[in-house]
Amino acid sequence: MNKRAANSLRQGPDERGKFGIFGGRFVAETLMPLILDLEKAYRSAQKDPAFLSEMNDLRTHFAGRPSPLYYAERLSAELGGARIYFKREDLNHTGSHKLNNCLGQILLARRMGKTRIIAETGAGQHGVATATVCARFGLPCTVFMGATDVARQMPNVLRMKMLGAEVRPVTAGAGTLKDAMNEALRDWVTNVESTYYLIGTAAGPHPYPEMVRDFQKVIGEEIREQIMELEGRLPDALVACIGGGSNAIGTFHDFLDEPNVQIIGAEAGGHGLDVENGHAASMTGGRPGVLHGNRTYLLQNEDGQILEGHSISAGLDYPGVGPEHAWLRDTGRVTYVPVTDKEALDAFMACTKFEGIIPALESAHGLAHVMKIAPQMKSDKVIVLCLSGRGDKDVESVGKHLGMAL
Amino acid sequence: MTGTRIDRRFAKTKAENRPAFVSFVMAGDPDEATADAILAGLPSAGADIIELGMPFSDPMADGVAIQLAGQRALAAGMSLRKTIDTVARFRRNDDETPIVLMGYYNPIYIYGVEKFLADAVAAGVDGLIVVDLPAEEDEELCLPALAAGLNFIRLTTPTTDNKRLATVLKNTSGFVYYVSMTGITGAEIKNRTAVGEAVSRIKGHTNLPVAVGFGIKTPEDAALIGRGADGVVVGSALVSAVADSLVDGKPQPGTAEAVHSCVRKLAEGAKRARS
Ligand SMILES: Cc1ncc(COP(=O)(O)O)c(C=O)c1O
Repeated sequence: MNKRAANSLRQGPDERGKFGIFGGRFVAETLMPLILDLEKAYRSAQKDPAFLSEMNDLRTHFAGRPSPLYYAERLSAELGGARIYFKREDLNHTGSHKLNNCLGQILLARRMGKTRIIAETGAGQHGVATATVCARFGLPCTVFMGATDVARQMPNVLRMKMLGAEVRPVTAGAGTLKDAMNEALRDWVTNVESTYYLIGTAAGPHPYPEMVRDFQKVIGEEIREQIMELEGRLPDALVACIGGGSNAIGTFHDFLDEPNVQIIGAEAGGHGLDVENGHAASMTGGRPGVLHGNRTYLLQNEDGQILEGHSISAGLDYPGVGPEHAWLRDTGRVTYVPVTDKEALDAFMACTKFEGIIPALESAHGLAHVMKIAPQMKSDKVIVLCLSGRGDKDVESVGKHLGMAL
Repeated sequence: MTGTRIDRRFAKTKAENRPAFVSFVMAGDPDEATADAILAGLPSAGADIIELGMPFSDPMADGVAIQLAGQRALAAGMSLRKTIDTVARFRRNDDETPIVLMGYYNPIYIYGVEKFLADAVAAGVDGLIVVDLPAEEDEELCLPALAAGLNFIRLTTPTTDNKRLATVLKNTSGFVYYVSMTGITGAEIKNRTAVGEAVSRIKGHTNLPVAVGFGIKTPEDAALIGRGADGVVVGSALVSAVADSLVDGKPQPGTAEAVHSCVRKLAEGAKRARS
């Protein structure tokens, strides 16, 4: 029953790390041997029962999985359409889906004998999750974070420091996620022997997009089981927000071969797609190019220079997206839509007021789209949103945007 | 004479029993006119081969000096099209000095590989170094570039072991660029002996000339590394000379000369390597 058909959409990437034309291994030669080693180590871990059982144990006892699937009753009633469920990744230890990936990768880093961990972070959620697993396993950790993001996500900076990580603010460029990733790559090239680069999203050179997806796809697998139990059927629609695309691919992957499940990714529309450099919607407002080790949709100018992108949410303002999404977009299987800062803020407040759940601004992008489609659907329809993280980190900046006095 | 300009130049320096001095400067840095003057004077200052950087917004393998050079160039309006035009202007007065374009893949990909190769060949470009295209991605640009008659120069690094070397050397032509350390441009070379050993090791696997770059900043370094290497590459020191000459970010009458004087000293060092 679970056999993948020849025409399955879940077979990628190919042996060269490609999803159609996307993905690949566009890295400097210094890193190439290491990336090949990483792939080998991952292939062996993947089929090692000891690795899988250690990961499952950590998922249960450290992360708190499975995360609940929650019926958002008041919000559903308020919108007057489909029944809306939240996959509560915000309830994971450290407050987002990011830990799922970090648990898998830290075990792999240990298997490879690496003695130092580096990571990039935007909102700080991946930095916190990385610092957390490094504390748990006693490994030194350096997190690269754009200086702009350091300023707008201070609580997470403090958490990382308390967990023992070194946070290195990056001032290059606009001081956001892409610049942090460049700096992490520079560190990696320099310390290639000792260091494991724990990438935080389903992007980067092969095998990262595949590996991160595999560590995140537990989200969708749990959704399937839970919704069968609660509703006795699969959802009509799945929605997730897209930064680099890790929570989304984790949510979507198990359902790609289910033709009756509509799948939608919400990109950061910022000030609007018509505002130049005012958004971070790489698939609805960019075109294919090569950056950070893979070919994918990128925000760039006519000379191939990468643009910075903008989003109210620090976790979404990355000018690229994981290659599997780029491919799913081109095949038409998944629909990607832009959601503006304003719409995300409204959804943030709606979730807080109607459900008593303060969502991450990233997740609020997904919710904003749910709020658009739910009223147009009948009350027997079911939507599942991946509520990728909690919004504690965002309360200060949202308060400012809404002009609330402290 | 057969082969490319690069082949001929290495034949010449070999006959003179000295390493080639390879100078890296960034196209359009600090602006187009000054960059033209810098470029035009490089050969008489002692550059045997010129690497011309194609500015990119996200130079992942570069240290601060070259990052800033690229930013200055982009801020002054440089583009890949204009970089190719720069080469064409240089070629009007110099048909001998090899020019290698060096940079990252995305601007080329966006320009269009076929058109890029045609325009580069027409402008008089001799070779390409594209940092983020390892052997695994040869079909993207390397094979079409070789077919178009350009040299494709690949980086080998301290992490490239003997087994992998065969893969890396397979479609490499012109010369092999040995990166002196695991690191980014402009960093410090920690172990100069290891560099010499690595160069001998690579020479055991190829007849191509081996040039060494990354971290060479002084005439002494150039002399030391040039003892065993067929070429020494200097980049960060030269773009830093550009940076140091600016006043309020603006080029001065002495900007080009500042770079040329730096090249003269370093090239002298390289010339002393085997004497
Ligand atoms: C809560 C939350 N959701 C989503 C994202 C976006 O990342 P991705 O698209 O990889 O899930 C982030 C990134 O920081 C995040 O913190």
